[in-house]
Amino acid sequence: MFPFAFEWVNDPVHFVFMGSVYTVLILLVIILHYCGIRGFLDWLCKKEDHNDH
Amino acid sequence: MRFFAKFSELDSALIPKGVKRCSFQCFLVWIGILHIPLMVGVVATLMCWGLALNVTYLNNNFPFGLWIAADLGVIALGAGAFFTGFLRYIVKIDELKNIVNFAVVVGVICYAAAQGILGVDIGQPLRGWFIFWHANVHSMLTEVAFCITCYFMVLCIEYFPLILENRRIYKFGFPHGVAHHLHETMPTIAAIGVFLSFFHQGSLGGVPGVLYGRPFAFREGFLVWPWTFFLFILSAIACGPCFTILITWITEKFARKRLVKRNVIDILAKISGRMLALYLILKTIDTLYWVKVAGDVGSPFRSFYANQPYGYWVLVMELGILGVIPAIILLSTKARQNENLLILACLLNCAGIFMNRWIMTVQTLAVPVMSFDKFISYHPNWVEYASTLLWLWLGAIFISLTYRYLPIFPQEKELNPY
Amino acid sequence: MKEVHHKGHGNEHHKGHGRTYKYGMVIDLDKCTGCGACMVACMAENNLPFRKDNTNDRLTQNFWMRVYKISNGRPFPDSEICYIPRPCQHCEGYDHHHHTPCVSVCPATATDYSHETGIVSQIYTRCFGCRYCMAACPYHVRVFNWWDPKWPKGMNKYLNPDVSVRMRGVVEKCSFCYHRLQRARNKAYVEGRREVHEDEYQTACTQACPAGAVTFGDLINPKHKVYKLKDSPYAFRLLEKLGTNPKVYYVSTKDWVRKAGKVFLGNEGRG
Repeated sequence: MFPFAFEWVNDPVHFVFMGSVYTVLILLVIILHYCGIRGFLDWLCKKEDHNDH
Repeated sequence: MRFFAKFSELDSALIPKGVKRCSFQCFLVWIGILHIPLMVGVVATLMCWGLALNVTYLNNNFPFGLWIAADLGVIALGAGAFFTGFLRYIVKIDELKNIVNFAVVVGVICYAAAQGILGVDIGQPLRGWFIFWHANVHSMLTEVAFCITCYFMVLCIEYFPLILENRRIYKFGFPHGVAHHLHETMPTIAAIGVFLSFFHQGSLGGVPGVLYGRPFAFREGFLVWPWTFFLFILSAIACGPCFTILITWITEKFARKRLVKRNVIDILAKISGRMLALYLILKTIDTLYWVKVAGDVGSPFRSFYANQPYGYWVLVMELGILGVIPAIILLSTKARQNENLLILACLLNCAGIFMNRWIMTVQTLAVPVMSFDKFISYHPNWVEYASTLLWLWLGAIFISLTYRYLPIFPQEKELNPY
Repeated sequence: MKEVHHKGHGNEHHKGHGRTYKYGMVIDLDKCTGCGACMVACMAENNLPFRKDNTNDRLTQNFWMRVYKISNGRPFPDSEICYIPRPCQHCEGYDHHHHTPCVSVCPATATDYSHETGIVSQIYTRCFGCRYCMAACPYHVRVFNWWDPKWPKGMNKYLNPDVSVRMRGVVEKCSFCYHRLQRARNKAYVEGRREVHEDEYQTACTQACPAGAVTFGDLINPKHKVYKLKDSPYAFRLLEKLGTNPKVYYVSTKDWVRKAGKVFLGNEGRG
């Protein structure tokens, strides 16, 4: 089924389901990249003033 | 010997500052002991994959057995991770920051176990990815598979900063920064986790609930979901925190020290008790309504409980002994503060949830539907037990490693000055 | 009510796809002697593997067509027995359950209800063996390949080339000998016909039944025998009250047999 199997299915349930899956996956990827890039920038700027958790 | 000394040195360098852990030798012996039952589980798993599923006691009448019941059970028990995260990051109960890390660790194990057990349960494990590739979005199992996989990713992301906080890794600037920012984004991650958990806990309830060919399990419902969808969410929320308390208590017993303050445990226990009470009320209403509906389609109530071992005692046990009793203990402030009673309540609650999942899957299949069907009983064999318990041993190893090397209990130092 | 289910709304799902059919079966239980010829024919036709050491183990032995023996439970001389041959019921579902019980639950779309033929199919190479469909089917129609398929030496030469053998770890079930429909359609196409005659497409169990208890055909085609047979006042379907809307009808003049099939809704014999 699209987009996994490159086949488009005209079905509202399908849109909601796959839409939710992709929203979640994209959000997770964005969060990971955001943290990675921010961490990298902090490290470049030698910013070491984070509070310990 | 020099080799061993080197490892021992490395080990002590990885242990968090300011806390005491057992000696490296002692730790190795403990991990070694856990490997004995673990290997039995590995053998059982390899037997299932190599010799096909005829090595189990599953049959055409019982396509679902211990594995599926355990699957539904561990996911409910792992609900402590998402619910504690929800209470900590979204409801903002600040005290829970002292147990949320450990709840995540327990969650990772539970969800890994669920996926691992499913990997053995399916007849063609190499085709497991078909569930994503050829997904039938109308199937509850598809919803479960997608949400569990996504939520497992969320749990791994929640666990990841804990690894970065290891003493040796945290010294470096980059992991330090990443861990910091991951902590900052944790409310968003927790919100995604809550969204996913809501759906997969529910759709696990939908798995038996939609089987309209099985009046024992079938429930009507709301929109596309049967009532079991909502009951499963609520029961998972009710027992998840109890399981977190239980595992914390077991870890404390093994570590021989307090790791979490009692007031933190008490908050979880109180919320768990209220949820359990609400669940029991709704479950009772659902049961009464179901008795009427099932009677209308020609399956009188007594027919469901006509065959041992699934007599009326099942209902009394599930809702009474494993439901009402823990609910009363958890709701009473006095009883909650007695540690023995609290642990008993947690045990009963977790056992109750497992029993409920067993009933909804295995008893559903045991109840004859056609009037000329013969009642057949099922019990799992050693292969099924060993391959399921494998995850218990793996979980114990995982917790041992995490506890030894990562700072998962923020109150440990304060409670055990050293 | 049966007319409502199997007449009239045939074209709604496949507009512009030509005619639709609802293949089904009517089994006369008064004629069935329980000889098991249908089971044997089905196994030979559909390449069902069998195992020497558990021929009596019905829990793990895979039959697509299974003959149940039921009794009225009374002592001699009132004792009566009846045999119920049970192929896949090819449920259509109705009311608030528009789906076949097993089709809607399959997570990998490995099984489908054809609105063109009314046949519930199973794609063996797509099934990954989660067995959810088996849990969904109240008739125990679906069976799982617990073992690798094996035949006695030399017997594999007698396998039906039209039916694929199934690997272990997948679910299989009666297909109403779908390969026979494909063969009949090919023949009709070559002969320039669009329609498949009633006698050109018959299942193996139908042909094997020595008592002529099994009748197969298109339930919505007035020219087919099943069209009339299914409307017998003694006709019933298994577990009708559940709403599975099966396409296998049973006929029995004995009250207790019809009761055993759980058909009594108040308007006896009418689903």
